[in-house]
Amino acid sequence: MTDLTHSHKKPTLWARHKIFETNSIIMIIGVLIVISIGGLVEIAPLFYLSSTIERVQGMRPYTPLELAGREIYVREGCYNCHSQMVRPLRDEIERYGPYSLAAESMYDKPFQWGSKRTGPDLARVGGKYSDEWHVQHFNAPRALVPQSIMPGYPFLAQRPLDADHIVGAMQANRVGGVPYSDEQIANAVSDLRAQHDPEHPGAEGFQRRYPKALQRDFDGDPRTVTEADALVAYLQMLGTLVDFKVYDNKANFR
Amino acid sequence: MASKALRGLTSAEVGAATTAALLFFVCLIVAGMTDHSGYAFHMVIFTLASGWAFFTVINRGFDPESAPPPRTIDGKPNYNMGPIKVATIAAMGWGIAGFLVGLVIALQLAFPALNFDLPWTNFGRLRPLHTSAVIFAFGGNVLIATSLYVVQRTCRARLAGELAPWFVVLGYNLFIVIAGTGYLLGITQGKEYAEPEWYADLFLTTVWVTYLLVFLGTIWRRDEPHIYVANWFFIGFIVTIAVLHLGNNAAIPVSILSPKSYIIWSGIQDAMFQWWYGHNAVGFFLTAGFLGIMYYFIPKRAERPVYSYRLSIIHFWSLIFMYIWAGPHHLHYTALPDWAQTLGMTFSIMLWMPSWGGMINGLMTLSGAWDRLRTDPVLRMMVVSVAFYGMATFEGPLMSIKAVNALSHYTDWTIGHVHSGALGWVGYISFGAIYCLVPWLWKKERLYSDRLVEWHFWISTIGIVLYISAMWVSGIMQGLMWRAYTNLGFLEYSFVETVEAMHPYYVIRALGGLLFLCGALIMAYNLWRTIVDPAVRSVAVARQSVPMAAE
Amino acid sequence: MAQMYQWLASIAQSFGAIYFVALFALIVAYALWPKNRAKFDRAAHVPLDRE
Repeated sequence: MTDLTHSHKKPTLWARHKIFETNSIIMIIGVLIVISIGGLVEIAPLFYLSSTIERVQGMRPYTPLELAGREIYVREGCYNCHSQMVRPLRDEIERYGPYSLAAESMYDKPFQWGSKRTGPDLARVGGKYSDEWHVQHFNAPRALVPQSIMPGYPFLAQRPLDADHIVGAMQANRVGGVPYSDEQIANAVSDLRAQHDPEHPGAEGFQRRYPKALQRDFDGDPRTVTEADALVAYLQMLGTLVDFKVYDNKANFR
Repeated sequence: MASKALRGLTSAEVGAATTAALLFFVCLIVAGMTDHSGYAFHMVIFTLASGWAFFTVINRGFDPESAPPPRTIDGKPNYNMGPIKVATIAAMGWGIAGFLVGLVIALQLAFPALNFDLPWTNFGRLRPLHTSAVIFAFGGNVLIATSLYVVQRTCRARLAGELAPWFVVLGYNLFIVIAGTGYLLGITQGKEYAEPEWYADLFLTTVWVTYLLVFLGTIWRRDEPHIYVANWFFIGFIVTIAVLHLGNNAAIPVSILSPKSYIIWSGIQDAMFQWWYGHNAVGFFLTAGFLGIMYYFIPKRAERPVYSYRLSIIHFWSLIFMYIWAGPHHLHYTALPDWAQTLGMTFSIMLWMPSWGGMINGLMTLSGAWDRLRTDPVLRMMVVSVAFYGMATFEGPLMSIKAVNALSHYTDWTIGHVHSGALGWVGYISFGAIYCLVPWLWKKERLYSDRLVEWHFWISTIGIVLYISAMWVSGIMQGLMWRAYTNLGFLEYSFVETVEAMHPYYVIRALGGLLFLCGALIMAYNLWRTIVDPAVRSVAVARQSVPMAAE
Repeated sequence: MAQMYQWLASIAQSFGAIYFVALFALIVAYALWPKNRAKFDRAAHVPLDRE
């Protein structure tokens, strides 16, 4: 019965309803306009900034091994405690090195600037410590730095790296604008192994495709490419691509 | 009720069953073909869930008892409270889980041996689990429960759709399970507060669009000419979160057989997108949504209209159009261009005005009824939450000033600031709303015990005070130690010395978190007793269709 | 492209203030418009009425 009276009423209510419906739609449109303007005005100009204005010598996409290491960095949530962004403040420049440039993260998907320094900034950690230090530090941080509160990652050196998936990773990065060449993608697995082993048959090709990239066994176990190899390879190149002796900071405004 | 014959499927049920069946086969095939074990695990979960959904919908369609319920009974709206009950219980459960993980990671920072050096117990994987559990699982379920309750009551209309609200509640919680187990298995996009990978994001998008449609559909059924302001805040929250989610999660999956994806944006653009998202997740999820709660539950509980309805309108529009600009204050002194930083800072400082306008509006609603704060611990909890809102929204603009930010950024000060908002504002307004909702939903005269609410209030308030004061001290101290110089002009402290100095404050912080967790456990017990204890009388049958007003 | 950036950036820097003031004026006018008073008073009682 109640149902019937309801459906009976419907046509008369309909005309009135229509106005209300438009009202809530108008509100949504209002909300959308208000929030898109604010976002767009701040974001849109940036697309004209880093792709065109700031071209810094030395920047290159990650090698396959470094990219695999970066994935492990992301997977383990290192960004929860480590930033990768040296601010132009006196103490930071003295503690970590030259302040970070926008161009230095131009191939980073996602960016890993971080928001908290429970541990130190890592933007310029490359070359600061030996490979061996990193490996031991991952195994048992407090064996090297007694006051450290970093978790241990002993499993990294035990796990062989899943090398085959790197091709798909590089292709997805290329779709997103990272300039990997066909040659680099075709040789991805070989390059990954060659970076770990200077005796590898593809070692020469690797050096040609990624000039100046580090090429060695990183974790002290030359037989297998482990996750530790990848992560250390990534850490050891962080912040080392731009040569600040020749970088002209007047040429780029920010 | 009248006919016992098969009623057959409605078109919505046919659509839902077909979609579920399709999803079942796709997920089953992907689960069989992928070589990533964590991803296969997730696909099996999706397979089971869609299989269950398929059979449930079909069963329901052939059950004559489940004929679509009338929208009104005797001229009164026939409210749909089932999905809201589930979301309320889920909120409480996830809340306790999220607070517990928070306590665990707080202890890990004080005693690093607790990481156990295993992949799935390390701080780096547990911290996103904590943030997602409290923000999205606890906060999200509170928002879904309260918004779907408020929109029905203020529109005097039954929730739109019969399957759709269930899909929103169950689908959202399925997303939470996928996201949370993903972090533990190392499946993450590595963007703060947006860690779930592409397939979870895609699924959440469908849930969220359904949520918006259910909410709007209910508004379209209303017989009130004006849309009550709480619903404005809920609409602003739902619509904006949809936009932010799509913008920040635009990613290229490696393949359908891989959980991994790469974000379209790179470096600096990604940073700007991330904090446009990140800050507005605070602004629209944790602020606008919970302000919707404030604008309904405080007037309702205090039994008086909001202090100034006009102020609430100004509050709404100025809040949403200023918040959206404030993101760059998360990127002060980074490689983001200076003008964007300055713009972000300016709007962040201006945000102080609408925030305090809203706070005054919430607090002054009590004018003439201040004595209620002594007698009603639930109302007190909500009023204190508004006070915390005022405190956090004063501290926020302060920290967005570049000179202050140079000190505070990257330190525990930020963590303290977030928690004064999260524990004080979001936590307390949610607790207050749930304390109101449970007797209303289960048609009980009162809560099991007001004294337990008192205990909850005082224990967790002490917890919050310990937490945020420990973080203020450790944050400012660490910021100062980083920039301290000796007389000879050298940096005075090595990094690890500043880490060592944090230890006592991390212990105090963990203690604060423990107290907050204890409060929530007391609350869960109280709610459980309220629902099951026969000593808590049901609202009389005669009054059942007119749920009791707050007393 | 560099000009494009300059142009967009300058718009962002000036437009924000104008947009802010204009929108704020509109909202305040809507909220305080005398004709809307009765509507808002009624709306304020929505959570309390008839329940």
